[in-house]
Amino acid sequence: MPQLNEIIRKTSLAPGIVRFDLHCPDIASHAKPGQFVVVRRDEVAERIPLTIADFDAAAGTIVLIIQEAGLSTKKLCGLERGERVTDVLGPLGQPSEIENYGTVVCVGGGVGAAPMYPITKALKAAGNRVHSILGARSKDLLILEEETRRVSDELHVCTDDGSSGTRGFVSGKLAELIASGVKIDRVWAIGPGVMMRAVCDVTRPGGIPTVVSLNTLMVDGTGMCGGCRITVGGKVKFVCVDGPEFDGHQVEFGELLKRSRMYADRESRADRDHACRLGLKT
Amino acid sequence: MSDSRKTGRVDMPRQPASVRVRNFDEVALGYSEEDARREAGRCIQCKNPLCVQGCPVDIDIPRFILQIREGDEAGAAATLKLKNSLPAVCGRVCPQEEQCEKLCILGKKGQPVAIGRLERYAADRETAAGQGSRPGPAGSRPAVTRPSMASPTGRSVAVIGAGPSGLAAAGELAKLGHRVTVFEALHKPGGVLVYGIPEFRLPKAIVEQECDFIRSLGVEIRCNYVIGRSGTVDELLRTGFDAVFVGTGAGLPYFMNIPGENLNGVYSSNEFLTRVNLMKAYRFPEYDTPVHVGRNVAVIGGGNVAMDAARCSLRLGAETVHLVYRRGREQLPAREEEIENAFEEGVRPVFLTVPVEILGDENGWVKGLECIRMELGEPDASGRQKPVPVAGSNHILEADTVIMAIGQGPNPLLTLTTPDLKLNKWGYIVADEATGQTSKKGVFAGGDIVTGAATVILAMGAGKKAAMAIHKYLQQDRP
Ligand SMILES: Cc1cc2nc3c(=O)[nH]c(=O)nc-3n(C[C@H](O)[C@H](O)[C@H](O)COP(=O)(O)OP(=O)(O)OC[C@H]3O[C@@H](n4cnc5c(N)ncnc54)[C@H](O)[C@@H]3O)c2cc1C
Ligand code: FES
Repeated sequence: MPQLNEIIRKTSLAPGIVRFDLHCPDIASHAKPGQFVVVRRDEVAERIPLTIADFDAAAGTIVLIIQEAGLSTKKLCGLERGERVTDVLGPLGQPSEIENYGTVVCVGGGVGAAPMYPITKALKAAGNRVHSILGARSKDLLILEEETRRVSDELHVCTDDGSSGTRGFVSGKLAELIASGVKIDRVWAIGPGVMMRAVCDVTRPGGIPTVVSLNTLMVDGTGMCGGCRITVGGKVKFVCVDGPEFDGHQVEFGELLKRSRMYADRESRADRDHACRLGLKT
Repeated sequence: MSDSRKTGRVDMPRQPASVRVRNFDEVALGYSEEDARREAGRCIQCKNPLCVQGCPVDIDIPRFILQIREGDEAGAAATLKLKNSLPAVCGRVCPQEEQCEKLCILGKKGQPVAIGRLERYAADRETAAGQGSRPGPAGSRPAVTRPSMASPTGRSVAVIGAGPSGLAAAGELAKLGHRVTVFEALHKPGGVLVYGIPEFRLPKAIVEQECDFIRSLGVEIRCNYVIGRSGTVDELLRTGFDAVFVGTGAGLPYFMNIPGENLNGVYSSNEFLTRVNLMKAYRFPEYDTPVHVGRNVAVIGGGNVAMDAARCSLRLGAETVHLVYRRGREQLPAREEEIENAFEEGVRPVFLTVPVEILGDENGWVKGLECIRMELGEPDASGRQKPVPVAGSNHILEADTVIMAIGQGPNPLLTLTTPDLKLNKWGYIVADEATGQTSKKGVFAGGDIVTGAATVILAMGAGKKAAMAIHKYLQQDRP
């Protein structure tokens, strides 16, 4: 019987991107797509939010996909099978609103493909026709391509350098799809702030409802500190309890991007780790 | 002796202000044995002690003071623990000047007996004796008083939140023979005592000792478990718990809803203090969590939370720390001792002032506060003079870090997932004052989640009362 929070499997998905299967039975049995956990690797570590990339209630496991960026994620990725993560709290945040919308497009940029995956899977299971768009800087950084293909009706891949799929950004691919006349009922976009903003700019003219999952700094993840706050539709929201998903057309992305750099000048680990969570280039 | 009674209380040694603003070590150093006996000697042992009436948990104050005077420190600690599960904490953080010491008869002509300092002394002595660093007093009393434990009842109680109210409830219930599991959202138990109140006011080793003591009674403390997400109250009741105590505190930070509050460099006091205290940002980079403290810090508020944030800022290297408060010195709600300490350390008060906007630079960072001045007008419903704005008094206060310490509210995570729990209009749980009974069968509540942000001693007292009521409920409600 594994210990609580024990790493029962460690897989390398791409250079600097690690997948952990953690033994967290209580979290696995309560988790829903779109939710996240807050982890603390050890006694001196920060608390960082990580999206639940998959969960298996029967096996008692959750999957976390982590990109090494700052010190905290590097140290976290350095843990090996059989070791424990000191603290894992969750599932946190509001689950995604999964329904049969008709045709949906799921856009995952960078490590954003990880949190996108369970939502895509659930949308497919709910009967939607699912187009997935995965983007990465290059072919070797592309993750979950096969998994995503299995739960999508169509998969479109883009890379910045053209080493896999189309050369270009995910937002460009989405614009093409819209222009080709596909009737889209809803778009999900998860990735770096700039990517989500670009996707929202593409869907705004046609008024296509667009859900984004925000990657703010967090401390507790339970609504206690307000560090994760962001303006949505003119109102202040706490991403950890009111989100992480919001109507992308209402989100103040400028503020989001500035706030995510709060500790950058101090060479902080925190912001880079958050950036890493969703594959921001830092 | 009668002279010393009139002249005044025995001073408690403190780190000098110029030294302590450079460290996070405890400011007040506590009485020596001689100091304590001398101060205890000032108590005139009133037949009808008023001090006890001022104590929210009815400690037999004259008795524990007499025990200190007679050198029976373990006895003094036992007297305290009869009513107060956390004397080492309360001796340090209670607002004694508003409670027991306010009513002390000596205060009429001179200074009241330093009851809080004596409480701290007795509790610390007991701990020191228990750790073997000092022999116990003459005779061979057990060093740390072991409570008597009832035989197991076979009933289980879930306690939600490991703050003072939850810990007190857990300890009492365990002594009554119940199986107790505490569910705590954060990774460490203690509530505000670990995430809010700084090390220099309440060493975390003391909180850990108290938690260890509770564990030693057989209580299981499960951290990283947030009710409302990791599970719900109904699930607990369904999966084998016979009763639930909710002590989730008032942990929702309030902001002022003025422009600029989302600029970089603006913190809620909760975030700032959690980074510093719970995550130990004051030991960055040994600890990984950073905190941003600029050269000019403005703390908004005047309570204990504001004082703690201001004093942490000084210790983290701020050049100036302004405490912006809408009323005057006399109205500051913080503990008197902390106000004096803060000002002595260099916190600069800006009274009768309210920020109306936080100003930012082009990169989204705070650069100042636009404020208006206030004057005190008619007394409001609470009898306090209401501050009213002075027209045309707008002015700018330079600041590159702003900490909002204007109060906290109830976190809705638990209550939103427990629909049959009755709340008042602010979202606090409605509970009977004497028993903690809520609108939901088998569910009791106490502490800040019922009263709104209050004090450690009131939260602890509420936890204890609820424990007695839960005990009674479990006896009646046999399955
Ligand atoms: C900075 C600061 C300084 C203070 N200074 C003083 C002082 O000097 N003197 C004084 O008497 N009082 C002081 N107070 C007030 C005092 O600390 C509180 O009144 C007291 O701690 C309340 O105790 P509690 O048990 O009700 O709640 P808390 O101490 O707030 O504990 C609640 C606990 O419940 C946990 N929790 C919340 N929701 C959930 C959930 N859904 N599931 C699981 N766990 C949950 C929280 O993480 C927390 O650990 C201060 C408060 C602050 C913030
Ligand atoms: S992370 Fe603290 S409130 Fe959201």
